[in-house]
Amino acid sequence: MRRSAVTGVGVVAPGGVNREAFWDRITSGKTATRKITFFDPEGFRSQIAAEADFDPTEAGLDDQEVNRMDRYVQFAVAAAIEAVNDAGLDVEQVDRERMAVTLGSAVGGTMVLERDYVVVSNHGQKWLVDHEYASPFLYQALVPSTLASEVALRFGAQGPSVVVSTGCTSGIDGIGYGHQLIQDGEADIVIAGASETGISPISMACFDPIKATSRRNDDAEHASRPFDRDRDGFVMGEGSAVLILEEFEAAQARGAHIYCEVAGYANRGNAYHMTGLRPDGAEMAEAILDAMSQGGIEPEDIDYINAHGSGTKQNDRHETAAYKRALGDQAYKIPISSIKSMIGHSLGGIGAVEMAACALAIDRGVVPPTANWENPDPECDLDYTPNEAKRKQVDAALSTGSGFGGFQSAMILARPKELQEVGI
Amino acid sequence: MALKPESFTSLPDADRRAVITGIGVVAPGGIGNDAWWKAAKAGKNAIRRITRFDPSQYPAQLAGEVDGFDAADYIDQRMIVQTDHWTHMALAATQLALDDAKFDPEGKDPYSMSVITASGSGGNEFGQKEIENLWGKGPLFVGAYQSIAWFYAATTGQIAIKYGMKGPCGVVCQEGAGGLEALWHSRRNIIRNVDFVISGGTEAPIGPYALTCQLTNGRLSLENEPEAAYRPFDERANGYVMGEGGAIVIVEEAGHAKKRKAPQVYAEILGYGATNDAFHAKRVSDDGSQLERAMKMALERAGVGADDVDAVFADAAGVPEADRAEADAIKKVFGRPVPVTAPKTATGRLYGGGAPLDVAAAVFAMRDGVLPPTINVDKPAEGCDLAFVTKATEAEVGTVLVNARGFGGFNSSLVLRKP
Repeated sequence: MRRSAVTGVGVVAPGGVNREAFWDRITSGKTATRKITFFDPEGFRSQIAAEADFDPTEAGLDDQEVNRMDRYVQFAVAAAIEAVNDAGLDVEQVDRERMAVTLGSAVGGTMVLERDYVVVSNHGQKWLVDHEYASPFLYQALVPSTLASEVALRFGAQGPSVVVSTGCTSGIDGIGYGHQLIQDGEADIVIAGASETGISPISMACFDPIKATSRRNDDAEHASRPFDRDRDGFVMGEGSAVLILEEFEAAQARGAHIYCEVAGYANRGNAYHMTGLRPDGAEMAEAILDAMSQGGIEPEDIDYINAHGSGTKQNDRHETAAYKRALGDQAYKIPISSIKSMIGHSLGGIGAVEMAACALAIDRGVVPPTANWENPDPECDLDYTPNEAKRKQVDAALSTGSGFGGFQSAMILARPKELQEVGI
Repeated sequence: MALKPESFTSLPDADRRAVITGIGVVAPGGIGNDAWWKAAKAGKNAIRRITRFDPSQYPAQLAGEVDGFDAADYIDQRMIVQTDHWTHMALAATQLALDDAKFDPEGKDPYSMSVITASGSGGNEFGQKEIENLWGKGPLFVGAYQSIAWFYAATTGQIAIKYGMKGPCGVVCQEGAGGLEALWHSRRNIIRNVDFVISGGTEAPIGPYALTCQLTNGRLSLENEPEAAYRPFDERANGYVMGEGGAIVIVEEAGHAKKRKAPQVYAEILGYGATNDAFHAKRVSDDGSQLERAMKMALERAGVGADDVDAVFADAAGVPEADRAEADAIKKVFGRPVPVTAPKTATGRLYGGGAPLDVAAAVFAMRDGVLPPTINVDKPAEGCDLAFVTKATEAEVGTVLVNARGFGGFNSSLVLRKP
């Protein structure tokens, strides 16, 4: 069976727009959530978000890319540049026909779609909008596949390229997709990850009526409170992460730094509700067990769980139940954390950002904390690594995700057995 | 003792094969397999002036629309208000496909069934309405269903919930190529122990704002005569016409289909190849080498020689450079006048729904031994002198290659074989 090694990591996230700044942020316990500055949030139920202070030019994009790309595409290109460099890949030298791109996004080019809509409709006044006012790259915003085609173009990747859009599990699924391409021999190198920039009026407005987002507007810093008793919804974020996946033996042969490998990836649906979750977590547990079984991983082997931990009442309860169901008593012994407490929930992007956190946790032997955890919730009674990072050897990390549509995904990254003795 | 999932472990098993056992068409020309196939064989042009809104002010005024579609015939009112027209058509096509496959998900193991669809652009009409509410009236006027109706995963999610399917689900986006990717991704899941997948896709791109977006891609035909607007490979090719609808395709594990005595096995999904031109963010490439590579890869994976292919269902972009690229690729792969057809000339390009509809046409062609025609192509452009099927033609159709491409350099090719 062909295996996927993770050989490069690139991140664009709030509170730190590259890999190292991201790692510093999520191990600091300090939050990057704030009152929205991208637009005037007056009149919205939730007025807070984790915004990234991102400069595309500084991140390596050229003027044409900056001009034509929606923010979420810019994020992904920036993360991909960092990941490719980190992997030490010379894209001129690799077989680019065997290089694939698999990226997730839940809402795609909404920012440009909304920006141009306001213009062509003259502020929502005309159903029959005036096409003459549309910008020349508006089509690229309409089709979310632009995320993959632009990254493929940037690196000349002529293998399969695809955007995976499974709501908030898109990030895990984007990487899982790439892993399957390597397993099946469809590609040897995959630029895999996800990107999302949903801090725009329409995306914020989506979540207001269903009360999914936090309305702790006067205390933005402490608004994202996964697993805390007083949590009141998620805080919108934005972000992107790219992992370079390589066929394991090829990565070893070229002497690449191998962060970890994909030990298992699985997804299931709950077939229950587009936004609701049954409290028992049965389907997420099933995805976790599938992922574990692929890699021969036992509950005792898991050193860290990176939770979806969105901070909604139902999610955190659901996820806690899923861990107990899948891992039994061991669920109480494994440190768990939600980095959404610090960098918000970037919808389809966050799953990839969380996989990047897992890869770094394995690489550096640190478990990031859950910030803002103050008051225990009797329904969430596991070890959520409150507020302070923990030094710990991490040989295997599990990450889970849950998305609108009823999607449940799980991925396990692990230090390859061959490399375990020389671990930290 | 190792813990195991109660359902299965998603590791590939090379012995499992993916077959197509059901089709549900909701497309320009007809609702239901028989009605649509009859229109396709007759070469009846379903492209006409847009009726979903008044297109007078736009330079492109044509589309392939689905006539007589009433969502209430297939889904309840509660679901209708929660979803976009795109999802309505997919839910209708799903029921038609399940009926065709004579499969009732009720009472089956929920984990053994998956939903994997393609989406080109999501819930356009629903999205435009809600964004109009937001900007015209304010945030309090955005409805509760915007969050679940507009995004690309809406169709897959709603189908999975409606039919109680808990297997691995997916949504793939590759503009016009996504439909083939969805079918092959279904096969990836079949070999990973899923038994039954609802796949394919639909699209609903006919709305004022969606059209405005499409006008910026530079590839829409601005010709407003239905017979003259979409003529791929013709010397008068001047772009394409969009269309709505598509097809839902049931992909099933071969042994599962056999065991449950499925009424038909239309075809096996044998091979697939996907590439990207990685050429330009907007410009159309006239270089067919990456499409050629996708076709060769599909044949190689299928273990099928180019000589064994009985017909090619072309992507037929309708943009001269892209037509030349495809014609060139077909010539290089086959080196002989393999019959080529593009029934989409009568429906327009349906984006995420387009390739599944071509797959539907391909399997009906196998079943009935008749190739559907390409219409409005009577003067092939220089270099595009392929063996076009221009009227319904009886033929032994055992192996077919279907091409699909998408804006952004996506090329894909799928090989199907009649059992």
